[in-house]
Amino acid sequence: MSAALTDPPEIALYVHWPFCRARCPYCDFNVHVRRTVDHDAWRRALLAELDHFAARTPGRRLTSIFFGGGTPSLMAPATIAAVIERASTRWQGAPDIEIGLEANPNDRAAFRPLAEAGINRLSLGVQSFDDRVLRFLGRDHDANEAREALDQAFAVFSTVSFDLIYAWPEQSEESWRAELAEALTRARDQLSLYQLTIEPGTVFDALRRRGALRPASGDAAGPLYEIAQDMTAASGLPGYEISNHARPGRECRHNLVYWRYGDYAGIGPGAHGRLTEGEIKRATRQLRSPERWLAATQAEGHGTAESENLGAAARAQEMLIMGLRLAEGIARADIRRETKSELGEVVNMDAVAELIEAGLLALDAERIGATAAGRQRLDAVLERLLA
Amino acid sequence: MTDLAHIRNFSIVAHIDHGKSTLADRLIQSTGGVTAREFRDQMLDSMDIERERGITIKAQTVRLHYTARDGKTYILNLMDTPGHVDFSYEVSRSLSACEGAILLVDASQGVEAQTLANAYLAIDAGLEIVPVLNKIDLPSADPDRVKREIEEVIGLDAANSILVSAKTGEGIADVLEALVTRLPPPAGDATLPLKALLVDSWYDAYLGVVALVRVKDGVLKRGMRVRMMSTGAVHEIESTGVFAPKPTNVDELGPGEIGFVTASIKKVADCKVGDTITEDRRPAAEALPGFRPSLPVVFCGLFPMDAADYGRLRESLEKLSLNDASFAFEAETSAALGFGYRCGFLGLLHLEIIQERLRREFNLDLITTAPSVIYRIQMTDGALEELHNPADMPDPARIAAIEEPWIKATILVPAAHLGGVLGLCTDRRGEQVELTFSGDRAMAIYRLPLNEVVYDFHDRLKSVSRGYASFDYQMDGYRAGKLVKLQIMVNAEPVDALATIVPEERAYQRGRQMCGRLKDLIPRQLFMIPIQAAIGGRIIARESISAMRKDVTAKCYGGDISRKRKLLDRQKEGKKKMRQFGKVEIPQTAFLEALKFDED
Repeated sequence: MSAALTDPPEIALYVHWPFCRARCPYCDFNVHVRRTVDHDAWRRALLAELDHFAARTPGRRLTSIFFGGGTPSLMAPATIAAVIERASTRWQGAPDIEIGLEANPNDRAAFRPLAEAGINRLSLGVQSFDDRVLRFLGRDHDANEAREALDQAFAVFSTVSFDLIYAWPEQSEESWRAELAEALTRARDQLSLYQLTIEPGTVFDALRRRGALRPASGDAAGPLYEIAQDMTAASGLPGYEISNHARPGRECRHNLVYWRYGDYAGIGPGAHGRLTEGEIKRATRQLRSPERWLAATQAEGHGTAESENLGAAARAQEMLIMGLRLAEGIARADIRRETKSELGEVVNMDAVAELIEAGLLALDAERIGATAAGRQRLDAVLERLLA
Repeated sequence: MTDLAHIRNFSIVAHIDHGKSTLADRLIQSTGGVTAREFRDQMLDSMDIERERGITIKAQTVRLHYTARDGKTYILNLMDTPGHVDFSYEVSRSLSACEGAILLVDASQGVEAQTLANAYLAIDAGLEIVPVLNKIDLPSADPDRVKREIEEVIGLDAANSILVSAKTGEGIADVLEALVTRLPPPAGDATLPLKALLVDSWYDAYLGVVALVRVKDGVLKRGMRVRMMSTGAVHEIESTGVFAPKPTNVDELGPGEIGFVTASIKKVADCKVGDTITEDRRPAAEALPGFRPSLPVVFCGLFPMDAADYGRLRESLEKLSLNDASFAFEAETSAALGFGYRCGFLGLLHLEIIQERLRREFNLDLITTAPSVIYRIQMTDGALEELHNPADMPDPARIAAIEEPWIKATILVPAAHLGGVLGLCTDRRGEQVELTFSGDRAMAIYRLPLNEVVYDFHDRLKSVSRGYASFDYQMDGYRAGKLVKLQIMVNAEPVDALATIVPEERAYQRGRQMCGRLKDLIPRQLFMIPIQAAIGGRIIARESISAMRKDVTAKCYGGDISRKRKLLDRQKEGKKKMRQFGKVEIPQTAFLEALKFDED
């Protein structure tokens, strides 16, 4: 089935910086530890790949840039400035776009140079306000360093978000409430709360297999999630996505592009992109190995490992996977535009009816969305809808 | 053709692990039946499972040449017999081809339940019995005590028992000599019309159907046209031979001889075990006494894990049944498990072996439903129905009475563990028939409903006796009982594969147990799931599985949607291991797990 798509007017840019000082035991992202990095070569390569994607999507309005990793706070500010500059000229940049970067609390000395390079939103990997937990998570900072980094970030950036990880083994509801209370006194506009999950190939996974680590079950994590929903809502930072909270109107614009299934170019090792090109929507993935990506980019101008042409069914699936994570749900008009099909043609309507009856899904003439209870169990809901 | 006076046909009967196969190996070796190079342990156990489990499933035969102390050479035909109760039918078949039997008893363990059962089969068949005590090299061997047991428990004169160690070879010469001097030669007349007993038959990939025969009168030759007396079917003999122990062609088989024939017979089913083979031109006036056919007593459903394997399951069952006429199967459809087969077995070991062979030789992943027995249902309109599957139980309003099969079980156990054994039997609705002692060993005879034995009785017996109890049983007719069908409903829908028939007074306890077990076996779902046990329309127990509390990926990092999409595809695969039942997914393993008794 092929359906004509119209190129959207906008695009977002994701930049992946794959290097970290050390790998955290829970992390399964495309992360590498290298003693030295040739910053000039990496700057040139990122710019080349940016040019490659910009040439494929001419005339778009750039809405946001996000530097993720790895630890992009380890990037040379000159590289960041160059990427921002190039993106703003190759696409139609605007002075007020969101330019975000993820940072480690121990890189707080770099905050001012990062702001000067053009970063206006910082997302800080605080992870916990408990030294014991930070040690368990293998972080290289303590709680006070995290607090200090937060204070400095608020002084430098117009938007600051920070991450906490919860549902670590044996976490009590009281300690979570206390930690959240502190987080909510510090948070201004945005806060991300991620449940600790044990991913294959991580150190935690190896420990779990040996029986040395017992992750919290859905039964244990459920109450912690519910506490977080209640407390953040009461403090004016309701959850607008499963793990993301914001003052209404202050949501992270870049992440909303993913969840609303907009177009984004992904550059750097292992970066993912979704690009509408005429009739086709492509899922792009760049080479994961930093060295191979660098060599390919130097030789061919890009390090694309995979470029999948997504059919209407896959697009519908992806749209639901992402859109149902949002409290706002999905506009049915968007499903129609993206897949040229009605809802009934892309999901099992019996399952929809069943899920509505169970209070997990909400549907009206305009939108389909997961309820709060449905978002909390979204994997099972999606399995029912799609698998 | 061999002179009758120089033939001895014998079997070895023993309890499992008392060393039957080792003794057979030693007899073959010491008469030079195989060279040292060809020899491997347990020569006669040809299936992998037999070798691994140390049990004999199919009867085997071997011809030995033995030069006795009188200077004459004798042909000794050894019929190896299965030791397990499930195969007692094959035991009696083998015994009917012999004039004598070695009763082999472990000199330290003594008389066990199968020693007793097999000894009685040999006595009933009118055989001369030579008691042989094995493993006398073990420090714990106590031949005097064991001789006393043979006399007290079985009632055989054990004074002339032969002491051997099949392991070291000690006493083997005495056994060979006793076969010649103590067993009678076969009787028969080569001039009379042919009468040969069809002892066993199997399918061989090269030879086709092979029939194992014992000639009583007359002579069997290549080219002869023979007639199966039960069916009248006529076949031409293509070859005659003996196992020495390798198949070796011979010109003819005369009276008293045991050997094989091939005759371009297509199906094993055309070779009815127990039939009499006679010459078409000059038939015998009457057939030899046949065997009663072996009938399955335990039934269970076998379903492929992957519905796509249904065809392969059917082919595999057909292949297995080629060599195992006692094994029956018919198509079955379950709402919970899809398409499969209801299979009948001679007993639990037979069931286990078939399952294992399907898994191993045919590479099939199976779900096995709970074993069930055959109930007889007296309908109010006077009809009598047999019920093989609890799910098929008719409307109770139409039932006048239900009868269930009972067994007579013989259990031998050291007196120290008797208490646990008696407790178990009482718990399983057993009725004591007899309790006797020989030294510090007790023999308990109980009547028990077969249904109480088919699940896990043997495991429980081993556990309460620390492995020392031995058990054997025989069918003991049908008796009416207050039996009801216990239904299990998951999310208000009855699950046919979980239906069981239970005594009314146990229904509440079983219902509660099943609901409790299922609660743990069925994973959390998006919805609260009630689990209920019911008799007729009456709910007698209830549990509920609460809805899952949280199930969502925390992060979809950097716009990596593909990963989540792949995960969903994998979940689709994983669903194949679950059975969708209404809104509920039940793991396939839950069907058997839920039915296990929980007494620990």
